[in-house]
Amino acid sequence: MKVTIVDYSSGNISSVINSFKEIAQNKATIEVTSDFNKIKTSDKIVLPGQGSFKSCVDSLNKISGLNDTLNEFVTVNKKPILGICVGLQMFADVGYEETETKGLGWISGKVSKIDNQNGKYKLPHIGWNQINILKESKIFKEVENNSHMYFVHSYEFIPKDNKVISATTDYSTKVVCSVEKENIFGTQFHPEKSDKTGLKIINNFINL
Amino acid sequence: MLKNRIIPCLDVKNGRVVKGINFVDLKDAGDPVEQAKIYSDGGADEICFLDITASNENRDTIYDVVERTSKKCFVPLTVGGGVRSVEDISKLLNCGADKVSINTAAVNDKQVIVNSSKKFGSQCIVVAIDAKKNGDRWEIYTHGGRNKTGINAVKFAKEMEESGAGELLITSMDKDGTQVGYDIELMSQISSSVNIPIIASGGVGNLDHLVDGIKLGNANAVLAASIFHYGKYSIKQAKDYLDSKGIPVRI
Repeated sequence: MKVTIVDYSSGNISSVINSFKEIAQNKATIEVTSDFNKIKTSDKIVLPGQGSFKSCVDSLNKISGLNDTLNEFVTVNKKPILGICVGLQMFADVGYEETETKGLGWISGKVSKIDNQNGKYKLPHIGWNQINILKESKIFKEVENNSHMYFVHSYEFIPKDNKVISATTDYSTKVVCSVEKENIFGTQFHPEKSDKTGLKIINNFINL
Repeated sequence: MLKNRIIPCLDVKNGRVVKGINFVDLKDAGDPVEQAKIYSDGGADEICFLDITASNENRDTIYDVVERTSKKCFVPLTVGGGVRSVEDISKLLNCGADKVSINTAAVNDKQVIVNSSKKFGSQCIVVAIDAKKNGDRWEIYTHGGRNKTGINAVKFAKEMEESGAGELLITSMDKDGTQVGYDIELMSQISSSVNIPIIASGGVGNLDHLVDGIKLGNANAVLAASIFHYGKYSIKQAKDYLDSKGIPVRI
């Protein structure tokens, strides 16, 4: 089993690497790379993302050919991918952080700023919040409903089709915090920073 | 519902914990990694390291500490103390810190905050504000509280929000080390002036002070050092107490 964490200079990914290595131990090899061949031969990939939607998309695009490689992996070969935070957001058609930016378009929808109800709610949404699990997702195996996860974001993914939403969290609105569509998984929260429950999600993804 | 966070802070000097938990089963009581692990296993919502290493030649010790901790603790790790440049921030993040707190450098040149939040994202940029009351206003102090700047703390807080800070860590220099409680007025003034989360720090002596920091000071997170280090209270006791007072916490 080979799991590749896609390294496209999207900011700080050391916590993602550490958590995957901790869980993988001997049952999986964790690669951290943007090398196309290594990505192609992986069984699963993880797409992290920090900073703005635009800066992450720009970083992906800077590595010529990476987009096509990822596209093929996800939409043609239909192998599992886990997007984390902005990594998940980039699955959308379009994002509105900084300026309108085209996303990867794997799950129809948009990424817009969380409605803070005229300043009533602080942004970023930082800290531990509970997730409402809406549908059975393979990555939530043995994860209890209302588990706490660590969040840090100001923008949210709003998918067109509600059926892809696997969990929401209550902030100023019901914020989408996890999606699953066939082989595509994503969490708005940070499983790598969500203590034992977060590590369980990583374990579930590795075991898919 | 978003929970209020409890953040234990460890002072680290030359790679060793200065004031530590006195637990008999600790193999190495001075090892920050072991202490951080105890806190995260005990339910800490985040771990904070404050590097107080004075000499330049030993400054690299913090990187090793952060690297080892991030392989053992899977809750957010914030590191501050002596962070001067975008390069320093980059180095700490690469070692596994999730957030970096910046104090003097932010006061000297707000461009450090503008540039680093653009480069790494606001989510990892915490501006640490040390303030002391002077008449009816609070003034910013730098260099660990030694240098008076004359800058209005509330105005500065807003400026840091605009520059791209994701959170503010507010320490009252008047209350720090006194164990008489947070400077509630300072916390609530800053909290109501900005739209980013604030972490209250300085002065905690008992669990009611944590309650006050959140209920009266409107802090989103509370940071404390000595009440946890000396085993006076465990993280769990603190959380149970906050919970009993109707404050949402992760239990």
